[in-house]
Amino acid sequence: MRIKKNIAVSDTGFLFNPSTGDSYSVNPIGMDIVQLMKLNKENDEIKKAIMNDYFCDDATFEKDFYDFTMVLRNYKLLDDE
Amino acid sequence: MAKKIYERPIIRPLNTGMMNKFGTRTEYLPVTHIDGVSVKSLIKQYGSPLFVFSERQMRENIRFAKRTFETRYPKVQFAWSYKTNYLNAICNVYHQEGSWAEVVSRFEYDKAINNGVPGDKIIFNGPDKTDEDLRVAIKNNSPIHIDHLDELYRLTDIATEMKVKPRVAIRVNMDTGIYPMWDRFGFNYETGQAWDAINKILASGKLDLVGLHTHIGTYMLTPSAYGVAAAKMADLALGIKNKYDTVIQYIDMGGGFASQNTLKGSFLKGSDIVPPISEYAEVICTALLNAGFKNTELPTLYLETGRALIDNAGFLLGSVIANKRLSDGRKATILDFGVNILFTSFWYDHKISPAQEFGMHTEDTVLYGPLCMNIDVIRENISLPPLNAGDQVVVHHTGAYTVTQSMQFIALRPAVVMIDLMGKPHVIKKKESLKDLEKNEEMPEFLKQFKLV
Repeated sequence: MRIKKNIAVSDTGFLFNPSTGDSYSVNPIGMDIVQLMKLNKENDEIKKAIMNDYFCDDATFEKDFYDFTMVLRNYKLLDDE
Repeated sequence: MAKKIYERPIIRPLNTGMMNKFGTRTEYLPVTHIDGVSVKSLIKQYGSPLFVFSERQMRENIRFAKRTFETRYPKVQFAWSYKTNYLNAICNVYHQEGSWAEVVSRFEYDKAINNGVPGDKIIFNGPDKTDEDLRVAIKNNSPIHIDHLDELYRLTDIATEMKVKPRVAIRVNMDTGIYPMWDRFGFNYETGQAWDAINKILASGKLDLVGLHTHIGTYMLTPSAYGVAAAKMADLALGIKNKYDTVIQYIDMGGGFASQNTLKGSFLKGSDIVPPISEYAEVICTALLNAGFKNTELPTLYLETGRALIDNAGFLLGSVIANKRLSDGRKATILDFGVNILFTSFWYDHKISPAQEFGMHTEDTVLYGPLCMNIDVIRENISLPPLNAGDQVVVHHTGAYTVTQSMQFIALRPAVVMIDLMGKPHVIKKKESLKDLEKNEEMPEFLKQFKLV
């Protein structure tokens, strides 16, 4: 699951899709996940990195990560079609 | 490196469109304490959901309202509107502050009696009073506010039979320039119904007409309408004095003052558009003082306001059960309280605050209650920070009509707690139990057994 290559990601929490002109705001943990996806990290690696940085249990992150990626897909920001 | 506090990852599209001078994010500060008591400790001790009332806020409200009217008019009497919230402990806070009782049913009437309110200080309103109710009210010398001619005739018969002259008022409805006009209660002013009723009462000599009552609407945002109503009531009272040489002892302006809740469909929040109580007081008192009463015959001003005196003193605490994503992409959060105990969410967009710290990002969310019913929606759309299962929320302005209109439907009703002036919580109503629910049920013998295969 990867973020499309053309998506511009700022350090301050904004995403820009140049092919549609849409922009998005992302909260800090969402930004961490997006950055990891940009680095082509696998889901397990992303989970490990986040769990290492945040107070969170496995199940909570798994549910939230599933939801987050579903939204990214809905906004057509993923390159996994 | 220390770990960071976890918050659900969220992404939201940035929409360009009409500028909003109010911005997109308002008032989302966590509410972690109520009157110095932590929300978490209240939920831990009394369960979730939980109604919480602030004694301090209730007393501040009634004292402020009394001061506001009494500094403008010499004779003012508040009566606590039982239907707004008739938990006995709540009623007694207002009775301790000098409020009489205003009831609209026999059950409320008996509650007021049991609370220790003298009968002559219970105003008996409403369209439904049985003959027995009227007899009890007459015996207790309670002012009876007549709603319709059928009641007037029955009351006259009962008074004749009992050989007493009950103290009565008539309820008057009128055009005050607002919509909708409440004309279903009482006798109409403009069509002459009110005068017809007055003539019948005073001509019969069987009833003691001591007052006039009106209640022009609910959640009234236009104070000037009260000025119109007060002027028309004064006109009736002065007309009665001129025609029958009878002095009307009181004019009851009812209630209907708005609280700071936000009505559904309102562009601005209630706190931005609701007039202060002083504006209602100013127009009512000015109209009465300028009407032309002699100083010795100035009627006492009765007020039955409920909502404005208690709504901001009530809170509903609850917890997040789950989050889910709807098929159209909207976020949905399921809470452990629904329209069964927050009936007012059918017409208010209640302000809801998280009870724990959170970051700056918010997400548009639908808030559902726990009922397995499609109608159970607390807010169709609210911008909230990401909430996790187990997080807690505080619903504001739930003091009026929530407890009295709560339904035992699918879920049992929660406990109600009052935090006293010293910051100590007291249970004023226990959490409902299955036993409470079934105590009036009966099982016919032939239905007691069954076999399932």
